[in-house]
Amino acid sequence: MKTLRARHMTSGAMIGLTYLAAVLATLPLILILWHLLKKGATSVSLAFFTNMPKPVGEAGGGMANAIVGTLTLIGIACMIGLPIGVGAGIYLAEKRITPIAHAVRFLSDVLNGLPSIVMGIFAWEFLVRPAGHFSALAGGAALGAMMIPLVTRTTEEMLRVVPVSLREAALALGYPRWRTSISVVLRTALAGIATGALVAVARVAGETAPLLFTAFGNQFWSTSLRQPIAALPLQIFTYAISPYDEWHAQAWAGALVLISIVLVISLAARFVTRSRFGAPVD
Amino acid sequence: MMPHVVTPRPAATETRESAQPEKACIVTRHLTAYFGETPAIKDISTVIPQLAVTAIIGPSGCGKSTLLRCLNRMHETVPNARVDGDVEILGSSIYGEGTNATAVRRHVGMVFQRPTPFPTMSIEANVAAGLRVDSIQRKADQKEHEIVEEALHRAGLWDEVKDRLTESAMGLSGGQQQRLCIARALATRPRVLLLDEPTASLDPLSSQKVEELVYQLRETMTVVIVTHNMQQAARVSDRTAFLLAGELIEFERTNQLFTAPKDPRTEAYITGRFG
Repeated sequence: MKTLRARHMTSGAMIGLTYLAAVLATLPLILILWHLLKKGATSVSLAFFTNMPKPVGEAGGGMANAIVGTLTLIGIACMIGLPIGVGAGIYLAEKRITPIAHAVRFLSDVLNGLPSIVMGIFAWEFLVRPAGHFSALAGGAALGAMMIPLVTRTTEEMLRVVPVSLREAALALGYPRWRTSISVVLRTALAGIATGALVAVARVAGETAPLLFTAFGNQFWSTSLRQPIAALPLQIFTYAISPYDEWHAQAWAGALVLISIVLVISLAARFVTRSRFGAPVD
Repeated sequence: MMPHVVTPRPAATETRESAQPEKACIVTRHLTAYFGETPAIKDISTVIPQLAVTAIIGPSGCGKSTLLRCLNRMHETVPNARVDGDVEILGSSIYGEGTNATAVRRHVGMVFQRPTPFPTMSIEANVAAGLRVDSIQRKADQKEHEIVEEALHRAGLWDEVKDRLTESAMGLSGGQQQRLCIARALATRPRVLLLDEPTASLDPLSSQKVEELVYQLRETMTVVIVTHNMQQAARVSDRTAFLLAGELIEFERTNQLFTAPKDPRTEAYITGRFG
């Protein structure tokens, strides 16, 4: 039998270890942010957002095309990933135990674990090769396909935590099944689903590999969906492996802007989880 | 606290008996309800009278709630659950061919054990939810305002919520939420109201309010209430059904069932020898 003192000491030590683990878990993010701010903040200016890339040796220059390109790609990805993902999530939540549901659930987990470069190859095979050229559409499709499993599973989870009693209350009021699913269950879970969607967006916004041979990158201004388009991660990659110091500085700034976009999206996700009446969902 | 004495309100029961010859409201014929292959209630044939409160009592797991949920076709919403036999409400079979479960549920109100306000809707929208089934309307019109107000009055909640109709229903207390659910059920003017242990999760004062409400509702509708609480059954009901292991053991006038039960099992239960 341990003495009370010994038990207090063990308890104290274990609590200390968990605190340490908690600090270590957030440390990488803090270090990255700190490093990016130190290296990139000086290169971020208004011009960085509004100017086009300049040739080596010329001062100034920005990543306006890459920022717009990344936003365009995210837009395309959402148009593909959200409807399919949310729809599949609703299916899984409604038909929990059918063989098809089991198969879909398993396959979407596999898809979730698929290396992102494979997703790029897939988009290249089906969209780039037949068209004969790289395009924003192909890049967006690759990112959208990556979003599908993420959105599917969060949608399913969020719908499943809506209490059965709410569903029953709606059915007992004479709501048909489909109205119950949409007006009550889906609406109750909406904030959570929106969060999941934004997390998925944040996740794919920084992807580089699937864009290498789909969106390809573009040194010029292009908003055409059928043409190669610039993207922040690609631009950062190109600049970072170049031998020029100015480009290195620009790459740091680009990384800072990219992480800021992801951070803003994550904050937006936190914001929408507050329901219409101000009560946080989680 | 209310006095825990098993005494029906004799005055009320007697005047009602003399004033109104009893008409049938709900008729069940060989009603058997299964979960998978296990029957939860077995071959129940009975008649529930109109414009009266009928209580269903019995130990946990005896099939009280299942019986109730067969009366508005909620039982079949559970996976692998099914129903045999028939239920007739006000002369028409609710399990008949061509009868739509959704339509049945619109005419038979139901309130559950735990309050179930819709969390994304305001107080007003909650009460109006049953009225909006046929439309996708979000804003209330004049007629709807009136119906909502009347339903809240009847549920005894109007004075407490009239200044906060557009606020979230989640801000109400448990007792208020439950009366909101009753108002929601009343708004569609059902002929029959089913209450599944409506006071089980409420404090004594809120329970008392709900009981008083149930007592008043019998003037305009048929009420069937499932309860764990025998005192409650005695207080609010005209008739009481005793269920045991899925079988209907005894169904009598409440004062008779509690004072002179015919079946020894009923007597054993109401005197607290089991359950």
